[in-house]
Amino acid sequence: MSHCKGCKGESFNEELLEIAKRHENVPEDIIEALHEVQAKYGYISDEAQKCLSKYLKVPMSEIYGIITFYSAFSLKPKGKYNIQVCLGTACYVKGSESILTAFEKELGIKCGDITEDGMFSLEDVRCIGACRFSTSNCSKRRSIW
Amino acid sequence: MELSKKLEKIRKEKKDLTKQTRILVCSGTGCTSSKSMGVLDALTEEVQRQKLKNVTVSKTGCFGFCAKGPIVVVDPDEIFYEMVKKDDSKDIVEALKTGNVCERLLAKDGETLVKKWHELNFYKKQQRLALRNCGKINPEDIEEYIAIGGYTALEKALKMTPDEIIDELQKSGLRGRGGAGFPTYKKWMFTKQVDSLQKYVCCNADEGDPGAFMDRSILEGDPNSVIEAMIIAAYCIGASKGYIYVRAEYPIAVERLKIAIKQAKELGLLGNNIFGTNFSFDLEIRLGAGAFVCGEETALMNSIEGMRGEPRPRPPFPAVKGLFKSPTLLNNVETYANIPEIINKGGDWYASIGTDSSKGTKVFALGGKIKNVGLVEVPMGTTLRDIVYDIGGGISTGKEFKAAQTGGPSGGCIPKEHLDTKIDYESLSKIGSMMGSGGLIVMDEDTCMVNLAKFFLEFTVSESCGKCVPCRIGTKRMLEILTRITEGKGKLEDIEKLEHLASTIKSASLCGLGQTAPNPVLSTLKYFRDEYIAHIVDKKCPAGECKSLSKIHIDPDKCKSCSICQRNCPVGAIKGEIKKGPFEIDESKCIKCGVCMTKCPFKAISKG
Repeated sequence: MSHCKGCKGESFNEELLEIAKRHENVPEDIIEALHEVQAKYGYISDEAQKCLSKYLKVPMSEIYGIITFYSAFSLKPKGKYNIQVCLGTACYVKGSESILTAFEKELGIKCGDITEDGMFSLEDVRCIGACRFSTSNCSKRRSIW
Repeated sequence: MELSKKLEKIRKEKKDLTKQTRILVCSGTGCTSSKSMGVLDALTEEVQRQKLKNVTVSKTGCFGFCAKGPIVVVDPDEIFYEMVKKDDSKDIVEALKTGNVCERLLAKDGETLVKKWHELNFYKKQQRLALRNCGKINPEDIEEYIAIGGYTALEKALKMTPDEIIDELQKSGLRGRGGAGFPTYKKWMFTKQVDSLQKYVCCNADEGDPGAFMDRSILEGDPNSVIEAMIIAAYCIGASKGYIYVRAEYPIAVERLKIAIKQAKELGLLGNNIFGTNFSFDLEIRLGAGAFVCGEETALMNSIEGMRGEPRPRPPFPAVKGLFKSPTLLNNVETYANIPEIINKGGDWYASIGTDSSKGTKVFALGGKIKNVGLVEVPMGTTLRDIVYDIGGGISTGKEFKAAQTGGPSGGCIPKEHLDTKIDYESLSKIGSMMGSGGLIVMDEDTCMVNLAKFFLEFTVSESCGKCVPCRIGTKRMLEILTRITEGKGKLEDIEKLEHLASTIKSASLCGLGQTAPNPVLSTLKYFRDEYIAHIVDKKCPAGECKSLSKIHIDPDKCKSCSICQRNCPVGAIKGEIKKGPFEIDESKCIKCGVCMTKCPFKAISKG
């Protein structure tokens, strides 16, 4: 007889455990915990979902629902350099859409994807409030205005 | 020591804060991105190097003139330096030492140099109430807030009865600054009236409208005024716990809030038995996770509870059954920021500013094709023309003003014939737009209004939570029609279809997101119907923005048949031979990328 891996017999990475235990038995902290995991790993792995589910007492289905609902969380890892192009109104009026297209062409990937070598990922973001600099792009290590 | 004595002591020690010689460096997101923190370090070093005594260098909140950042102000003379770089610190400190000003860094109005910031045209018509402390104090030091009168309103409020506080709010005429404009006193009254052991006070800092950043600036520049107002609210309605729901995309604001809450707790302004009364209040921050719909009150509450941010049907309203099923008061950041001033100066004073139905001031974030991009706060009733031209400095591209967009994806476009409208809640909804949270994006002739409407629909389609059908499917159908029109495949009956769908979505959607989603389409249809017709009937985009409808052509008189365009065309759409007459574009192949236009040395190629 085999056990459900999510409940028994699976050992979780220590850093993950540390996050999960900080919110142990507080289901309403799930979004906070997901933020911490996302910040640490750049995405939310299956392992992380199982770990949070076990300790925060939130069903896996709900966690999946939350991750896919909020754009701050991602199921896929991001590139070493994550390029974000602002498509807020002020940037849009100044032509940010063509910048996004140019990135897509240059990197050979569609918005939301990652290059094969894992170096770059590309995404569009909602207004980041830096309208003075429109159009805005941020990459992981620096911001290019 | 007793809390009021502690505050008294701080006020005494820092009595003449605004009269001291201080070099204030803007540390809002805009200026920080243009390296103002490097300027701050350089100035601190320079002051030490030149051994200036009694001069402090400090961070401060947003001055609003983001187009000219990084901004440095030298108090007490309020000398305003713009676009300051690290290397300028020596000159600034030297000027201060010798009692002069560094002229090359001063701001200009036309050709005249302006010394003090309040004398700039940008500030002349402004009245800063919600932003009153931004640019005056260090937001990371609660003592500076206390020194200039912070937390006096709380002390005063705790001596009033809850009903007296509500009375004062009613007199002030303050209405919700999040967009809908619901009278604030009513919200407070309804929540107070409900009997419950547990009540909550929440602050909506999930500023999601694209182009709006006033809430962020208030939190970055003056987090304590929001916290103070929330404590007053909690006392008034009888709540013991509060949450500030803030966007995770605003890291500086989150950091400053954390600092302010920590300092308030240390002083005893938050916690048990505040000011020796039996009133206790605790405050926590909750981070948003990038969902626009969470700005809607019930969706926000679901999100705080750790669920998907989907709105709940109302009634029951949050005042009766909100967060964790308890009565909850939710106000927007800017609304809260006004409250300490109202308690201190009285509701009648506040009501003396503004128009008959809309009192006080409103902060607008000016963006798009305008010269003075930034944050402005004006009394209600100021005309759009004053904001765009006198404060905003006019159009940055030198072209004609076409329209201003207010209210983000829930609002509409205001064309130039309404430039003289006095802005308040009623007048804006009368002309088919809305106040919204205060984003004001200016557009010139190059912006296609059909494409703009499509842009907003794309936004709502991707941000619709999917819970109710009218919003989830209705907006998608509208987007499909708009896409068709911008691609030149529209039919005349599409306009009617759009209007029909719009009215259904407005009346049948569950929450504010859906109910207002059709507004950008309806307002552009109202004022720019001819552009829709041009797209549908003439298959033309008058602004030249819609790619599928624009044609690129070579002016035969200017073409020198050099073949540069031909060699650069990625799809081989240009026909012709070197030195054998003008070249031509094969429209069936052209993808309108515009490369040829940029490469032509004779400017013979144009879009139209």
